[in-house]
Amino acid sequence: MDFSSFLLMRHELILLVIILLLIVAEIFIPQHKKGSIVHLAIFLFGIHTAVGFLGMGDGVLFGGMFRTTGMIHFFKNVLNVGVFIILLQSADWLQEKIVAQHKGTEFFVLMFSSLLGMYFMISSGDFLMFYLGLELSTLPVAALAAYETSKRISSEAGVKLILSAALASGVSLFGISMLYATSGSIYFSEMAEMISVNNLTILGLILFFTGLAFKISLVPFHFWTADVYEGAPISVASYLSVISKGAAVFILMILLFTVFKPLMGIWENMIYIVALATMFIGNLFALRQQNMKRFLAFSSVAQAGFILLGIINGEQLGFATVIYFVLVYIFSNLAAFGVVQAISLQTGKENINDYEGLYRTNPKLSLVMMLALFSLAGIPPVAGFFGKFFLFTAAASKGYYLLVFLAVVNVTISLYYYLLVIRAMFLRKGENPIAFFTSKLYMRLGLVLTVLGIIVLGVYSPLYDYIFELSKGLM
Amino acid sequence: MDILTLFVVVPVITVLALVFTKDLKQARTVAMLGSIVQLGMAINLVFAYFKEKAVNDSIMVFTKDYVWFEHFNIHYIIGVDGISVAMLLLTAIVVLAGVFISWKTEDLPKEFFISLLILATGVYGFFISIDLFTMFIFFEIAVIPMYLLIGIWGSGPKEYSAMKLTLMLMGASAVLLVGILGIYFNSNADGGALTFNILEIAKVNIPFEAQKLFFPMVFVGFAVLGALFPFHTWSPDGHASAPTAVSMLHAGVLMKLGGYGVFRVAMFLLPEGAIHWNDFFLVLAAIGVVYGAFAAIRQTDLKYINAYASVSHLGLVLFALLMLNKTAWNGAIIQSLSHGFLTAMFFALIGMIYGRTHTRDINKLGGLMKILPFIGAIYVITGMAYLGLPGFSGFIAEMNIFVGGFQHPDMFHRVLTVLAVSSIVVTAVYILRLVGKIMMGPLETNNVENLPKATWYEKTGILLLLIPVIAIGVAPLWLSDMIMESIQPFIQGVIK
Repeated sequence: MDFSSFLLMRHELILLVIILLLIVAEIFIPQHKKGSIVHLAIFLFGIHTAVGFLGMGDGVLFGGMFRTTGMIHFFKNVLNVGVFIILLQSADWLQEKIVAQHKGTEFFVLMFSSLLGMYFMISSGDFLMFYLGLELSTLPVAALAAYETSKRISSEAGVKLILSAALASGVSLFGISMLYATSGSIYFSEMAEMISVNNLTILGLILFFTGLAFKISLVPFHFWTADVYEGAPISVASYLSVISKGAAVFILMILLFTVFKPLMGIWENMIYIVALATMFIGNLFALRQQNMKRFLAFSSVAQAGFILLGIINGEQLGFATVIYFVLVYIFSNLAAFGVVQAISLQTGKENINDYEGLYRTNPKLSLVMMLALFSLAGIPPVAGFFGKFFLFTAAASKGYYLLVFLAVVNVTISLYYYLLVIRAMFLRKGENPIAFFTSKLYMRLGLVLTVLGIIVLGVYSPLYDYIFELSKGLM
Repeated sequence: MDILTLFVVVPVITVLALVFTKDLKQARTVAMLGSIVQLGMAINLVFAYFKEKAVNDSIMVFTKDYVWFEHFNIHYIIGVDGISVAMLLLTAIVVLAGVFISWKTEDLPKEFFISLLILATGVYGFFISIDLFTMFIFFEIAVIPMYLLIGIWGSGPKEYSAMKLTLMLMGASAVLLVGILGIYFNSNADGGALTFNILEIAKVNIPFEAQKLFFPMVFVGFAVLGALFPFHTWSPDGHASAPTAVSMLHAGVLMKLGGYGVFRVAMFLLPEGAIHWNDFFLVLAAIGVVYGAFAAIRQTDLKYINAYASVSHLGLVLFALLMLNKTAWNGAIIQSLSHGFLTAMFFALIGMIYGRTHTRDINKLGGLMKILPFIGAIYVITGMAYLGLPGFSGFIAEMNIFVGGFQHPDMFHRVLTVLAVSSIVVTAVYILRLVGKIMMGPLETNNVENLPKATWYEKTGILLLLIPVIAIGVAPLWLSDMIMESIQPFIQGVIK
């Protein structure tokens, strides 16, 4: 038997080895040196991220259950980079708060397991593998959300997440069973040919869509978002907002563009309505938020609405623009969450009012935050502008000018609340500004990486062309 | 590096150098040096342009084309014609004058000059680009620093004004974005490739239905920046709250992007749309012209007077562009330039008066001519130029506009022209009243003996602006030639 085909699962296997290594290390590292687990985990994951960039061929395993292509490979790397930045940003929090409670290793094991689930989800070739991946990626996050057990609000977040996730994936599974009933197969490649437009298929599609819409926090499945983000530790909130959302968007797109291609006339309308609802509700709710985490939660709901503008395109152009936007969004959102994390760790403050006068005491952090918010708002010359512009181009190329118009109205609304934070940091002097502090090395590295991403990704055009080339293979 | 890209690179280098400065003295020196280099380049460009034009007969000269996003056919394309050269010169002068006027910015000086120069970068980039995408990027880069500039260094209800201004302008640019995408996806109407290149798109016959749909978007997107009624409300509040140099730059340069974009993009690429929507927007522009003038009469705050006067005068620019003939267009461009210099001078003078008397209320000011002779004299000169006295740039501009307007064969356009002409009279009313009250009237300010005289940097700033005003007024032909020649290719589509 030739084991070399297992190399196609390199990402999954290495991550699995890391998880096992960490569990072994937990046993052998003595109690007073437990802090070194953090360094070990970041080191190992850093290597894993670097190794991921080595080339890999396309292929299919286990009779079509698992597949990998250049695009899937690339997207796993994107997820890796995102998780790596999250780890860097949360290292100090782990060292100071979590290791003392003897829960350092579990944090990494849970987060990596969830990531493993996402790998399987985006690599899935049939609905069974997809469902397993979906569950594996969700359940550990619920535990992570409840990680700060000393805080009541954190436990509440965990319970909220697990209950709504269970409901959503149950509905999704129901939808999948309907699809199986009509097409007689669970393999994506076979279903794409056998699927036909009838009421049962449409119902199956809608129910299936619910499960992923919940993960992407599309309206009306967004209710968990703000509460969970607020209660969960910041690293977990940022994980939910970028990694989990990104992976779900990816697989949703693959399924809509390939398996459900014959139903495009139907899901186009669905996406259209959901996109509008998501943008408007996310933006309008974000206007009045005081807590930075809730603020970013609604902002990320709104961003998901913009992503749908690329999906509605239904072709290679849409695919490439969405992947590009997700990549930019990962960097932008992580920069914002990183600053919130740094300030929260140092002072425990999380409200917008607390940021008043921040520029005069901590100019660098404020500038990172400003760049991140400009990128999220889509202001040139930072990357977010290019991401949004291309998404709008994708929608406009199909003639959805009204949708694009309403989306740009939303961009203006969102600019208002992003400027509120900038107003607090730059315009106000504040009665009691946060005193000057310096972050530790990991945090600084994490922020520098995100800033580099925000500045370089937009202007450096070959990246987009590369993504566009890769997305050819999936169509 | 080519001669045009330097206009973007030099301000960026200045910004980077400013990051390392430590106090006000260093910051203002670096900013001044950077702006002087810019001015030198702009003057050099004027001569280079004439030289190049003698041998090169294309619409745009000094063009350079770099591919940026290959798949979308997005390029970084730059080039200038006579109009953009004049605009670049205006920008360079106003920026340098602005740096001089902000010589004593005590609060966060480094950040102030950085924001100012980022704004300038956006404006320079906008005037040199001939690719819609690149142009749009520079457009937004020019607008967004206004938020910080007004919000941090402004006065009065600055947070409110900064937010209002930013949201209205960014909202307009969002609408513009839809229009640009609309143009882009129709740029293959003749079977070519999709493109953002303005010169390429102009050759394409975009279907009439699309022109009808997208012209208002592009027009309004730009015209909001040119204070089109009823979207002008950001302008009085924004100007009143902004610090002096920012008012100068904003009214003097940034608002010109509006009119420039209207003829360079909206009317050039969508000529049939421009004709279709002509009457509607002409009425709006005429309302702006008259309404702005009347609103200015009723104000008591010096900056509000000037802001409404700008609404009226920039309304004339849009009004003239909508007349769709060469004389009027010529007037519109000269009005843009003239208003740029004059309004920058006005705001600089108001800043100086405010800095000494700590009030901008005309009821509390009087007899300044006696105690501040330099400022007083220049104020009177500026006022005279503003109301269109022959010998200054304002006269040349308005003359062209109204002659052009009256040349229009259609009665409706002529009637509107007559209405708009009335704004000249109203302008005379508020300028003369103002001058009479605060310059010539009885002394009203306390401690009048102690008011400091104008300093060298203030005088330099003012003189920089005054020279071109007189130059255009006395010898308008060289400018007029440069502009007329460049207008031709852009107006062809709309005169049929």
